[in-house]
Amino acid sequence: MTQPGERLIQPGAYNEMVMGNTAVVRAMVETQTRVVSSYPGSPTPEIAAAIRTISEEKRPFYFEFSVNEKVASEVAFGAALNGNLSCVFFKSVGLNVAMDTFVQFGLMNIPGGLVVVIGDDPGANSSQNEQDNRHIFKMARLTVFEPASPREVYGYYKKAAQLARIEQTAAVLRLTTHVCHARQKVSFDAYEPGENIFNADFDKANGPYIPITNLAIDLKRKSFHKLTRAAEFIRQEGLNTLDQGGSEENIGIIVPGMPYLSLKDVLALDDGFSPDILKLGVVHPLDFEVIKPFLQSHDTVLILEELDDIIEQQIKAFAQDEGISAKILGKTCDEDFIGEYTPDKVHDILFRIWPDRFVTAPVDVIPGIEVPARPAQMCPGCGHRSAFQAIKKALAKTDITVADIGCHTLGFLPPYEMGEVLMCMGASSGMASGLSLGNKDRRVVAFLGDSTFFHAGIPGIINTLFNRHNITLIIMENGTTAMTGHQDHAGGTIPVKEVLKGLGVEHVFSCDTYQQEVLTRQVTEAMNIDGLSVVIASHPCMLKFTRAQSKKPGYTRRHVNIDAAVCTRVHECVAVFGCPSFVLNDDGSVAVNKDLCIGDGSCRQVCPEQAIQY
Amino acid sequence: MKEFNIYITGVGGQGIGLLSQALLQAIDHAGLDAVAVDTHGLAQRGGVVASRIRFGEQVYSPLTMKHRSDLVLAMEIHEALRGVNTAVKDSGALVYLDVSWQPLPVRISGEKPMTNDDISKTCHARQVQVFRVESHKIPDPRMQNMAVLGTLAGHGLVRGVEKNHYLSALEAVLPEKIREANINLFESYMSV
Ligand SMILES: Cc1ncc(C[n+]2csc(CCOP(=O)(O)OP(=O)(O)O)c2C)c(N)n1
Repeated sequence: MTQPGERLIQPGAYNEMVMGNTAVVRAMVETQTRVVSSYPGSPTPEIAAAIRTISEEKRPFYFEFSVNEKVASEVAFGAALNGNLSCVFFKSVGLNVAMDTFVQFGLMNIPGGLVVVIGDDPGANSSQNEQDNRHIFKMARLTVFEPASPREVYGYYKKAAQLARIEQTAAVLRLTTHVCHARQKVSFDAYEPGENIFNADFDKANGPYIPITNLAIDLKRKSFHKLTRAAEFIRQEGLNTLDQGGSEENIGIIVPGMPYLSLKDVLALDDGFSPDILKLGVVHPLDFEVIKPFLQSHDTVLILEELDDIIEQQIKAFAQDEGISAKILGKTCDEDFIGEYTPDKVHDILFRIWPDRFVTAPVDVIPGIEVPARPAQMCPGCGHRSAFQAIKKALAKTDITVADIGCHTLGFLPPYEMGEVLMCMGASSGMASGLSLGNKDRRVVAFLGDSTFFHAGIPGIINTLFNRHNITLIIMENGTTAMTGHQDHAGGTIPVKEVLKGLGVEHVFSCDTYQQEVLTRQVTEAMNIDGLSVVIASHPCMLKFTRAQSKKPGYTRRHVNIDAAVCTRVHECVAVFGCPSFVLNDDGSVAVNKDLCIGDGSCRQVCPEQAIQY
Repeated sequence: MKEFNIYITGVGGQGIGLLSQALLQAIDHAGLDAVAVDTHGLAQRGGVVASRIRFGEQVYSPLTMKHRSDLVLAMEIHEALRGVNTAVKDSGALVYLDVSWQPLPVRISGEKPMTNDDISKTCHARQVQVFRVESHKIPDPRMQNMAVLGTLAGHGLVRGVEKNHYLSALEAVLPEKIREANINLFESYMSV
């Protein structure tokens, strides 16, 4: 059988069970997308994983992980100015970082066309919020395709690329977490491989490209025209579809994306309730030529949309202007704005509105024996755990610890409780600087991951130097972007230490985090320094390392043991160091879970009795 | 059949991905149009992970509704009970591996760990059929998922999916190096 990567580039048609994120890549290949850039973030990193199943020599496009989402957007934009169809993809909050660049896309003439794939995260499964980026797409005046399933992801990417090319613009493919990660059998079309030539046709005559004063105003005017034509394209392509229900009451429901699937599941629970459904495949601009007759032909219309009431507000305003008498229902309480519109959630909402129409009422979770919660944790052997164990010893109870984004964020949990405030990528030094102002008694320590250092961490560090703030910054260096699945970052080429040296940071300490005593000493010393001091606390990501080792021939897994004769049950290993490999037995004895322990031995130094042995 | 829902759960790092992938392939090989979804992201770092697989004439979203799963597969004791408490329907079935990956609150704040007894009591009260897979009998922990798959295949717990579908799915998803050993173990559980 051929490898998955080979299939993604084969010219012939085929069917395959794939994730939404994988379907994106086949669509890139078929549309002859030439340049692709990204910064990793859930729910999109599996797009990159699928790209990487195609060997670099055979890959029909250029791909890079850029240093952050803003730069990734700029790289894709630049390539598209040269006439290459380009794509940038990243997660929901990545758009905040890319914003300054992104909002210009609607204004610019982009000869190659640009597809922006954004993975929003309703439910905040892997993000610091569940922001609804449709607000921003609307502000940037871009067309937004919203697929509900892997089949639609594939089809809509191709439509978005087509529109982007025709209109020489950017188009957005808005995915959400469970659309990215859904699996389904998709029929892929045949395609004609192109010659894989990069265009270099930049011509300022295609502009204007310098949006200053009145030129920016002209460009804004043009962006409206593009949107009007986009609405026509959407209509011609039939992207908003009518699903005739046939119930006697005149009820209609307008719904985009994945909530459409939830709605269909809920309506399938019972026979009899089958309102008409207008499924929106494009959520911006709204096609009022389709929406208007739908409103006019129903007495009641529910707008069922996840997160904010963006479609609802526009439709209500439209109905008011047009004097349409249909009763339009939408969100009625705060909870309607919160969380993913799963089938359960949609069931609750529909049942609240039309209780008589359901035989099957929503159920509660059946209260059984309460199962202890299982929060995410740092892995066995994680260098961040050793770092926290050591750093904690250098801190006074009143000192303030500031977290940043990455696996080390998990240090906020007991038993470590290190990192007491978290904002977004790269925010720790800035926040710590503010916390240090006028603060004589409580010292401030900030944490920062190494991928984040390059992403958005450097300006905060420069500001600390420039304005002489008094903080200690600890770089949690593991050589990879671990939390999102081990993507490489700039640190492999440009060592963090060299950057700090170049910036003129005077006090830089560094050690391997497994050397806990050294690290405690270094942090103690660093915190006594006035101004900025930096400690680089390094250890390779042990999950990545162990996975690589286990693929080597002759690999045997090691693990530690507890010598019961020596153990005095102080529980430093299980309750303070807190490696998940340790098991606390009913009788207070400690054991090792051999499925979990990787034999790293970083725990051995924490036992005061030396009871942990190989 | 209107819908058949499967909820697969475990702890991030246990590798439930291969189990759900193999089962999804088997369902596909049986000619059923299925949808599925896995957990990716933060929870993969030692948190609770769940995959769902659905098929039938009226199935749309890959997400399963509360207490509508016909079958729950769990790779760990605590997650087995959590799956029963949130996902399985009354008179559904549970197949679980009896290993324990102790959750943090058990180790650091004295919460009570779950036992096999807790599972059988809860399932009995709700007429959920229980199939316990004993981990100590599995020669290599890396093949635990094959024991679970073999058990559910042997008892015909997924309607319309036959032995040959499982076998051809395993041929497709397992890397060559480990294929034979895994399939042998699967078959030994299938025929118990
Ligand atoms: C703006 C933005 N982009 C991407 C992410 C996704 N993200 C979450 S954790 C993380 C990893 C950061 O890597 P690093 O700083 O090296 O820390 P590690 O996980 O390796 O400890 C990323 C990229 C995010 N939260 N915000």
